[in-house]
Amino acid sequence: MSSSAARPILEVRKLTKRFGTVEVLKGIDMVVAEREMVFLIGPSGSGKSTLLRCCNRLEEPTSGHVIVDGVDLMAPGTDINAMRRRIGMVFQQFNLYPHLTALGNVSLALRKVLKQSRAQADATARAALEQVGLAARAGAYPADLSGGQQQRVAIARALALEPTVMLFDEPTSALDPELVGSVLSAMRDMRAAGMTMVVVSHELRFAREAADRVVFLDHGQIVEEGPPSQVLGTPTSERARAFIADLLH
Amino acid sequence: MDLLIDQFFNTAIMAQAWPILWRGLQMTLLLCLTAVPLGLLGGLLVALAGRVRALRWTVVALVDLLRAVPPLVLLLFLYAGLPFAGIHLPPFLAALLALGLNASSFYGEIWRAGIDSVGHGQWEAARSTGLGHRQTLTAVILPQAARAVLPDLVSNTIEVVKLTSLASVVALPELLYSADMARSVTYNASPLMLAAGLYLALLWPLVRLLARFEHRSAGSR
Repeated sequence: MSSSAARPILEVRKLTKRFGTVEVLKGIDMVVAEREMVFLIGPSGSGKSTLLRCCNRLEEPTSGHVIVDGVDLMAPGTDINAMRRRIGMVFQQFNLYPHLTALGNVSLALRKVLKQSRAQADATARAALEQVGLAARAGAYPADLSGGQQQRVAIARALALEPTVMLFDEPTSALDPELVGSVLSAMRDMRAAGMTMVVVSHELRFAREAADRVVFLDHGQIVEEGPPSQVLGTPTSERARAFIADLLH
Repeated sequence: MDLLIDQFFNTAIMAQAWPILWRGLQMTLLLCLTAVPLGLLGGLLVALAGRVRALRWTVVALVDLLRAVPPLVLLLFLYAGLPFAGIHLPPFLAALLALGLNASSFYGEIWRAGIDSVGHGQWEAARSTGLGHRQTLTAVILPQAARAVLPDLVSNTIEVVKLTSLASVVALPELLYSADMARSVTYNASPLMLAAGLYLALLWPLVRLLARFEHRSAGSR
């Protein structure tokens, strides 16, 4: 699906992130093209989640640039809130608003950020819930939904804003194994619909099947990247080899 | 026994004192309906100001001071002390200010605990959808914070209602002051018992409400 000629949607340039004296990201360069699905993998502490969280400045990069659809998020004049609504994010812990229904969760930003009327926002939110197969649970509160359903509501919350790119931070890590499938299938549908996606995940089988590219990070650097068959099948670096062997067995 | 009933539960005297006590009750209600919102709002401002790094220590010092000073002392200072600085507050305003300041410091700590109880993930989720700081606070954080500390807010409100009786020392004709006036005129304690009954009538619904909130929050887990 990807080609080098495709329009870049997300560009990360010379990105560094330091927590105190610890350098978590050591100059990352990465380009994600339109409609591309990129998996970020690596051992814990490799910096993959930090890299993802820098892509919408939930984490403040120490230096470097993050350019989304041509707009530099680090530029002083950039309206970060306007950009963030175009960068969907899905969290490991779902982070649904517990005091709002599924519909309320999805429609909140539609009303507050896109300034839609309540009726308009509800209609958009319902359509988004429909996309993740949860139209029937629109009135349910997060506490009454399974983990898989909660995560799909969280996906709908991001999708409803019609993002240019979606970031997934270990979307299935907090789920019981039998609930993982429903979330992966929602992600598969998004990919089929042409969404640009960056995914931090340990679901290597899903990566092999669905990803256009796999990026292996270790110690804050990109060690290896390429199509999943190459990076997951015949990794060249020793570190990637050890990591992948560990996860697959 | 007859003497006890005659001195404390004399219905004839109670009926006689009722018009005065009714006016006192209205004044108490007016003080409650102004001091509680003032305290809730002031407390919210205190909690939010405490989150601003530059203001944190000023807020901590102020809250510590207000929580440590007995509200009666604060009231007397405002009513009887400030005139020496040329500031003359009428009794109602002095009482409202004293109660409002005192309540703000306590409500403030409650709000702070409530805001802290909302996980960081809620902020991140809201901000990631493009909501600004203020929008996140009002639409996502504060509703959850209020829910988390609702029993404490109600509990403190009960305290504030009780504290309104302090206003009697600055001759504000609220419920206790009125009852005491009636007592001194009738040489009979029954008006005070009637006042006690009225306080009970005022507070009992709040106490029940508190019990229900506690029940509900335990049920929602």
